Amino acid sequence: MSDLIPFIVAKYNYWIYITLMMIGLYAMIAKNNLVKKIVGMNIFQTAIILFYVSIGAKKGATIPIIEHAHGDAARGSVSHAIEIAHYINPLPHVLMLTAIVVSVATLGVALALAIRVYNRHKTLEEDEIIDQIKGI
Amino acid sequence: MRIMAFIIVVLSGGLLLYATQDFPSWADPVSPASVHVSPHYLQKSMEETSVPNVVTAVLADYRGFDTMFETTVIFCAGVACFILLRILRQTPEDRYYRHISTGVTIHIKDGGKIPDKSKEFERIDTMWTPFDLVIKTVCRFLIPFIQLFALYVIAHGHHSPGGGFQGGVILGASIILLAISHNLRTATRRMREKLVGLLCVTGVFIYAGTGALCLLMGSHFLDYGALAPLLHVDPVEARSLGILIVEIGVGIAVMATMIWIYNNVSSAGKYDEGL
Amino acid sequence: MSQHYPVLLVIVPLLSAFFISAAGWLNRRLCFPIAVAALSVAVFSSVGLLLRVLNENVVLYKLGGWSPPWGIVYSVDYLNGLVLVVVSVVALLNLVATQRSVEQEFSEKIGAFYTLYILFVTGLLGIVVTGDAFNLYVLLEIASLTGYGLIAMGEARAPLATLNYLYMGTIGASFYLLGIGYLYIVTGSLNMADISAILPSLYHSRTVLAAFIICMVGVWLKMAFFPLHAWLPNAYTYAPSAASSLIAPLMTKVMIYVMIRLMLTVFTPEFVFGTLTLSNSVVWLAVIAIVMGAVLALAQRNLKKMLAYIIVAEVGYMVGGAWLGNRAGMTGAILHIANDALMTLCVFLVVGNIVYKIKGYAFDDLKGLFRKMPFTMGAFVVGALSIIGVPPTCGFFSKWYLILGSIQAGHYGFMAALLFSSLVNVILFFRVIEIGYYEPVQDHEGHEAHAERVAEAPLSMLVPLLIVAAGLVVVGLYTGDIVEHVIEFAIPKGIV
Repeated sequence: MSDLIPFIVAKYNYWIYITLMMIGLYAMIAKNNLVKKIVGMNIFQTAIILFYVSIGAKKGATIPIIEHAHGDAARGSVSHAIEIAHYINPLPHVLMLTAIVVSVATLGVALALAIRVYNRHKTLEEDEIIDQIKGI
Repeated sequence: MRIMAFIIVVLSGGLLLYATQDFPSWADPVSPASVHVSPHYLQKSMEETSVPNVVTAVLADYRGFDTMFETTVIFCAGVACFILLRILRQTPEDRYYRHISTGVTIHIKDGGKIPDKSKEFERIDTMWTPFDLVIKTVCRFLIPFIQLFALYVIAHGHHSPGGGFQGGVILGASIILLAISHNLRTATRRMREKLVGLLCVTGVFIYAGTGALCLLMGSHFLDYGALAPLLHVDPVEARSLGILIVEIGVGIAVMATMIWIYNNVSSAGKYDEGL
Repeated sequence: MSQHYPVLLVIVPLLSAFFISAAGWLNRRLCFPIAVAALSVAVFSSVGLLLRVLNENVVLYKLGGWSPPWGIVYSVDYLNGLVLVVVSVVALLNLVATQRSVEQEFSEKIGAFYTLYILFVTGLLGIVVTGDAFNLYVLLEIASLTGYGLIAMGEARAPLATLNYLYMGTIGASFYLLGIGYLYIVTGSLNMADISAILPSLYHSRTVLAAFIICMVGVWLKMAFFPLHAWLPNAYTYAPSAASSLIAPLMTKVMIYVMIRLMLTVFTPEFVFGTLTLSNSVVWLAVIAIVMGAVLALAQRNLKKMLAYIIVAEVGYMVGGAWLGNRAGMTGAILHIANDALMTLCVFLVVGNIVYKIKGYAFDDLKGLFRKMPFTMGAFVVGALSIIGVPPTCGFFSKWYLILGSIQAGHYGFMAALLFSSLVNVILFFRVIEIGYYEPVQDHEGHEAHAERVAEAPLSMLVPLLIVAAGLVVVGLYTGDIVEHVIEFAIPKGIV
């Protein structure tokens, strides 16, 4: 039990993202309203984005823009040494820019589909839609 | 259904929690992810691309191919919303007009209409509210400043957080603000549907076209150093300029797609009334 | 130019998609020719690339000029090369065959339709040719989003079916992304070859095990492996015929390729068959998938849904074959990727022809079709024989390798499922063929029969269909060459 506390403190950020992801997954499967399912999908994808971004963190580091490099940009090199531990890992941020764009695109298409479903069935509740289809 | 969902969630959550035991600790500076590939980006990005913002350098140069496809994803979403929702041949519907001087509202049924440029009548939405003068005026003042800030964000992506995606979204938001504060017809009169569609294509084409230009100049696809003879600078500077060009392409594409998706979704394809 | 084949394969369709979109706004008649030109260049590049791979073993292409693992690299070996040729040929044949039905259904939005079509093919080609795990995710999302757009344009129930496909597809792709994230957090790299070099020291880590399971579940969701298949029957049935004959042959097969790539290259066979002990259970899951696919297909009353459930069973064949763990099974699975794409294209093109002429695809609508559309139904018979597994069509040979593999592995349950599925396919297809021969009751002599005469489908729809049907036999006859020269080298030496 005594090594559980350092374990939780060292890794609680990962537990947070797992909780968020499971909330999103539950909403997608269990909820009846189509828009609530779409919101659950968004929460699910956001949790994954949170996981990736938390991979890149470093203790005491700052954003990955090389400092005091303004004048050096014209010369294409830096006049001082760059410490790796001073800047956070830029790669997860790049990957998650892509993931955020993908999630927005999927959200747009999902809402367009929900509008089409609503125009035809006049309701957004999945059980009513299934009843209408079975009645046809 | 809820019980099955609960079981699935508990099983998946359990598996994921089980796996966290072997993760490196949070914010550990010597975790494998911080030691293997990213030090190269941090150390060499100034030397190889002369761009201080390492995220922009990785996004648009080292992993620029991914970003090109990401821009294509947003283009696909725009086309998909268009093909799903847009109703090109419309059945005649009811319209509402308001006589400006007296405030009398007229409801005209089944396709009859008053010409758009009439001085005495203005067309209003189904859910129009009066007393919107403050909102309209403030938004009309703010929109140019918003656009200017967006252009700053795109152009300054090399030195501060920013870049094509962020600036493009702000540009798109300025036109959407026009659509929300006034009405959809005002915004579509400013930026016609055909122009928005063609701008979307142009933006992604700038990105892919720059890459193809590098291919034609003899080097690999998206190798901006090959553009050096065209731009009359040395190869490292050419990379920096190449990144700027593709960021502009991304900004245009994202702006146009945001406007396109908003127009299609808010009017459910009919383009007569927005939100 | 030949050193640029890997990237031309993806870039030329991508750029032409933008031209098609602009042409949709400006001049609609240019859309189809640009699409045909783009896919022809893709076919040419993929064939040229396969020939280069036969000489050079592996073809690498560095994008942006950066070496891996700092940049993205395209790596083409025997496995890729074969699947690339299959994908591009199927897409081109389908494009030519469905031109008439697209013009009829989408006359105003034809620019948008062909844009989504070409971008879908670009996404699939990009998935197959890439050597970078995260690039695969981005291209998977391109293929998914364009797929949703294409399928939702169908009949009345299509938007709801697409929405269900969207939910399950997004969960699948997100699980794949999460698995790649788990691999990244313990290796620090995204390049497939680099990850497989770093992983051996980490085989006993719980994170790697979880990464494997999550990636597999994500890929199984996207390929409709029973019981995660719920989206497939409705989505493929209610899609427009041009979209269903594009997506049905290709999407699930490319996801099988992704699974095999993950098993063979990223998590090497030592891990999958050595460290893990799951292969027996997965083959039993595949047995259940095959049996359930066959049984559910028997219950259907319309042709398209029956074919969709047959696809679910075929996915079971390939997953079981890959997880048997021996060379014959893996050969059967890889050969079946190519064969199943062709067979599915053949039968779905037949359905497209039938829908174009008769506007329906329920069993009752098919009465007397052998008289009215002899060539189409002839091609249907060839496709049916291939799915059943009758020599010399190609379906027989891939089933032969799968049965051989299951005997070598001692997994007699899988062999029984394969034979059971062939028997059920015989019942399914002969039922349809019988209905097709049976004359409709109301067709009597006299001028009424002539007035009711439904003609054969037009030539532009018939010729590609006959090419595919002939291709089924030709590919079957050349199976020996394909296996000896291509598939033999696609499987690493570690598998016996």
